[in-house]
Amino acid sequence: MVKIDSKIPEGPVAEKWTNYKAHQRLVNPKNKLKLDVIVVGTGLAGASAAASLGEMGFNVLNFCIQDSPRRAHSIAAQGGINAAKNYQNDGDSVYRLFYDTVKGGDYRAREANVYRLAEVSNNIIDQCVAQGVPFAREYGGTLANRSFGGAQVSRTFYAKGQTGQQLLLGAYSALSAQVQAGKVKLYTRYEMLDLVIVDGRARGIIAKNLVTGKLERFSANAVVIATGGYGNTYFLSTNAMGCNVTAAMSCYRKGAYFANPCYVQIHPTCIPVHGDKQSKLTLMSESLRNDGRIWVPKKLEDAKALQEGKKEGWEIPEEDRDYYLERRYPAFGNLVPRDVASRAAKERCDKGYGVNNTGLAVFLDFSESIQRLGIDVVLQRYGNLFDMYEEITDVNPGEKRKTVNGVDYYNPMMIFPAIHYTMGGIWVDYELQTSIPGLFAIGECNFSDHGANRLGASALMQGLADGYFVLPYTIQNYLADQAIWPKVSTDRKEFAEVEKAVNDRIERLMNIKGKRSVDSIHKELGHICWEYIGMGRTKEGLEKGIQEIEKLRKEFDTNLFIPGTREGLNVELDKAVHLDDFLTMGKLIAYDALSRNESCGGHFREEYQTEEGEAKRDDENYFYVGCLKYMGSDAAAPELIKEPLEYEAIKVQTRNYKN
Amino acid sequence: MDKNISFTLKFWRQNGPKDQGHFDTREMKDIPGDTSFLEMLDILNEQLIEEGKEPFVFDHDCREGICGMCSLYVNGTPHGKTERGATTCQLYMRRFHDGETITVEPWRSAGFPVIKDCMVDRTAFDKIMQAGGYVSVRTGAPQDANAILIPKQDADEAMDCASCIGCGACVAACKNGSAMLFVSSKVSQLALLPQGRPEAAKRAKAMVAKMDELGFGNCTNTRACEAVCPKNETIANIARLNREYIWAKLKD
Amino acid sequence: MWLFNSSIGRKVVMSVTGIALILFMTFHGCMNVVALFSAKGYNMICEFLGANWYAVVATLALAALALIHIVYAFILTIQNRKARGNNRYDVTDKPAKVEWASQNMLVLGIIILLGLLLHLFNFWYNMMFAEIVGVKGLAHSPSDGFAWIVDTFNQPVFVCLYIIWIIALWFHLTHGFWSAIQTIGWSGHIWFNRWKIIGIIYVTLLCLMFIAVILGFALGCAPSLCCGCGAECNCGHGDLCECAKNCANAAGACCGK
Repeated sequence: MVKIDSKIPEGPVAEKWTNYKAHQRLVNPKNKLKLDVIVVGTGLAGASAAASLGEMGFNVLNFCIQDSPRRAHSIAAQGGINAAKNYQNDGDSVYRLFYDTVKGGDYRAREANVYRLAEVSNNIIDQCVAQGVPFAREYGGTLANRSFGGAQVSRTFYAKGQTGQQLLLGAYSALSAQVQAGKVKLYTRYEMLDLVIVDGRARGIIAKNLVTGKLERFSANAVVIATGGYGNTYFLSTNAMGCNVTAAMSCYRKGAYFANPCYVQIHPTCIPVHGDKQSKLTLMSESLRNDGRIWVPKKLEDAKALQEGKKEGWEIPEEDRDYYLERRYPAFGNLVPRDVASRAAKERCDKGYGVNNTGLAVFLDFSESIQRLGIDVVLQRYGNLFDMYEEITDVNPGEKRKTVNGVDYYNPMMIFPAIHYTMGGIWVDYELQTSIPGLFAIGECNFSDHGANRLGASALMQGLADGYFVLPYTIQNYLADQAIWPKVSTDRKEFAEVEKAVNDRIERLMNIKGKRSVDSIHKELGHICWEYIGMGRTKEGLEKGIQEIEKLRKEFDTNLFIPGTREGLNVELDKAVHLDDFLTMGKLIAYDALSRNESCGGHFREEYQTEEGEAKRDDENYFYVGCLKYMGSDAAAPELIKEPLEYEAIKVQTRNYKN
Repeated sequence: MDKNISFTLKFWRQNGPKDQGHFDTREMKDIPGDTSFLEMLDILNEQLIEEGKEPFVFDHDCREGICGMCSLYVNGTPHGKTERGATTCQLYMRRFHDGETITVEPWRSAGFPVIKDCMVDRTAFDKIMQAGGYVSVRTGAPQDANAILIPKQDADEAMDCASCIGCGACVAACKNGSAMLFVSSKVSQLALLPQGRPEAAKRAKAMVAKMDELGFGNCTNTRACEAVCPKNETIANIARLNREYIWAKLKD
Repeated sequence: MWLFNSSIGRKVVMSVTGIALILFMTFHGCMNVVALFSAKGYNMICEFLGANWYAVVATLALAALALIHIVYAFILTIQNRKARGNNRYDVTDKPAKVEWASQNMLVLGIIILLGLLLHLFNFWYNMMFAEIVGVKGLAHSPSDGFAWIVDTFNQPVFVCLYIIWIIALWFHLTHGFWSAIQTIGWSGHIWFNRWKIIGIIYVTLLCLMFIAVILGFALGCAPSLCCGCGAECNCGHGDLCECAKNCANAAGACCGK
């Protein structure tokens, strides 16, 4: 059995990071000039890491699949970014942010990593403000905050509903400065297809130039992947169309462990699915839950009428509405963490209380807050979201429909949970290094900080923490003794072998010459995953899911059709490679879910719930990080290696959002 | 429920920057009104692939109107016509009529050469940003965020300028192929904030010089750019850029 | 030099020369209005602006401004067409807020240039040029501007051409006015609309001044043509002209003393 070393530094949790930095090895300035680092991905983590490493003096090669680094999907984050500044004087502190994150993650995160995250959160805000990120301000000129699900303090910094965009543009501008300075070389419309290992260390990648279709070799002293999550395995998700797991999968196949893939976050406030032509799900910012109230009808006949289109939401009187989150969780109400809110919605819909034609939607209602705050205030806060909702659904949530006994009824929004974020990812130690020496994983791509569930406004925090403040330090501990080795030539046989393997894979896909398009198979994979590996999982379901995916894999291998040739731009070919990896990823999620006989955070096994339908954790047997190791082929089941969790600072207890 | 519509789709095919390019035409049948424009193109591609043909290539990614990747010129307007301004991915088929002809073209500008079909190369924007679209600050230890007080009005205005998604609709709409709205939005964002002031003059000069070098046209204030901007950037930004630039040059 | 090799610099040149030309036209318009009321007054101005060194210098400066404005217009247009690329859109839909004039400034400019040439031929050639070079055998004295006005606008062809010219000028300036101010950066969210309205009012008044003079003489109702309202005899005796029969002849008429 492999023993896992997570390299957590000595000392009390609050001092670990300081201790680490004080004692880690550094690279002297001259040696930095000799060292090359490949960073794959230009989202918050990738761009900030590339910029920071370049600024320190390393030579950085930075890759992205889009036409510009600024397109990475971090840009779509709406709500905000957490930091323990306590500007609002509501009792926030680094410890509290740390505690909330561990608790929100259902006690499945590594304490030391989370504490570090909370610790550097304040630096992120300082850094971003210095870069010119236009965060919202109070009239006095100080920074404004809002509250977010899963927390009792206001610690979320925001820039309108476009926080992710502004933070990414900040990181992108820092990256641009380094490109200008000649320290970062940018490769846009390039996709990493495989990792090259030389003498047991990650020393390069094979990337495809998506425009010419040619494979190219790149060598470096370390490789950092910042390629995001695997949410698109489910086909319909809030991820961008291009988000994929190919880079991460290639590292996994080369020996990097994949940790906790079963922790998939389902976001509670997405616009419900409307038809089979849909290509993605649109997220409505979670901030809507600050003033919106979630409900379904109390009476089944009302729900039926809604489903048949005979009634509309505003017609249902106040007394017949079931504000089920406020009912079940009086302390947090509509602001319970995402997993809790999502499951509660599913529970109501499963019981038949769904409110749209598919029966898979609940209402999010602003009538009360509009009456309390006035339409102007509500529009000021959520106007752009209302507009967006109307554009998509043709329903205006700011439109008053009737007034009865002094109670105004507005059009409610319809929302439903959707795949949003993946807490699982490539396993990394405290230094963010994977189980392959010289290969690092940062941002959503790694598993490290969110445990089994991520709190709102924490993804941006983690991406930037990793990229600006953690990796640029920890990678030096690895690189410190690497400058003595000569540069690895891309003519070496290791590069040639990996390139050939990639080549063969592309040939194999091109030569299937079947009948079905990539998307049609991907949609099917999505259905299987949502059905069997989605919000409510069972042993039987998961086993069935694995079988179904295997069947689909056969269909893919024999009946896929990719038009065109492999020369030049071929979007379908690129999608086929992604799908090839999603098929393996789907199984990986299922295997992990199957091994975890408990319910926690984003992983809910229906066998393991309380009588009230709450998740039942099993700290006795499952208080560990599940690392999956590749066993030589995609068909073989991965080996499960456990990294036990050790908590010193926090007492593990049942999550309680009721009182 | 929205009605389904049928229409004629004319879409641009071009195999690389040197190719002449031509329109293909196709009858699209029974497209639901709540399908987005790009989902309609997915349906088109599904049909093309079924017939063994190469799919129609266009850029797209987030499909929620923020990444700025989608870039289609629909019926004579960049991103297609909506009331509030939106990207192509946020354009819904209910805005079109049964029996209409919908023409889809790429951004046409010398600054944005066509890669394939309606996918164009917008790396020029990155190059302009690299020339100076940043505040030079090291990662590490800046002062506390609240040490810089910024009046709410300035912060809000800077935020409006910063909303630009770099899609290039402004260039596509401009009869002069000018990138002034894009450049001015970035310059304005940083010029409005105290953090950006120390480099403001240098930034304005460098970004304008790069923009000129890359062959974008001169602004003649036709306002076509602000009319089509999906993020409602205005030419007030261009006035500010002019001001910044002229002052910078006069001080030289 | 940024005024030559930067896009904003070139636009600043257009803007500044444009504003200077508007100021000149304001002066010219005011001067014309004098002709509506007093032939003598108008001719005094003509004499003042005759072949004197300062007038010649000012004229040369003015010609340089106009020339720069025109040359830059062509340079900018060529550059802009190049930036646009070789491919044109198959379908274009002009947004409502895009003014027609803003997209046709060059065409309007060319019409104005042609009008200007005609105008130079009609007046400047017969007046300042004739005086400097000493052209003989003209119908009127070079400093008798009033007579040249009367002559020119007696011909309906010229009246039509001049009116077309002024209309083109109106379109050109309604865009040019705020555009010039926008280019030198003296605009913003609030002032954009203000400048636009100020521009339209200003330019409309300016063009009305020109049109009033043209129509005043074309229709024969200019007060200066009418003896009853103060037109003076130009034989030098200074008495009021008694000719009351035909206003159009008033300018040439003599009190007979």
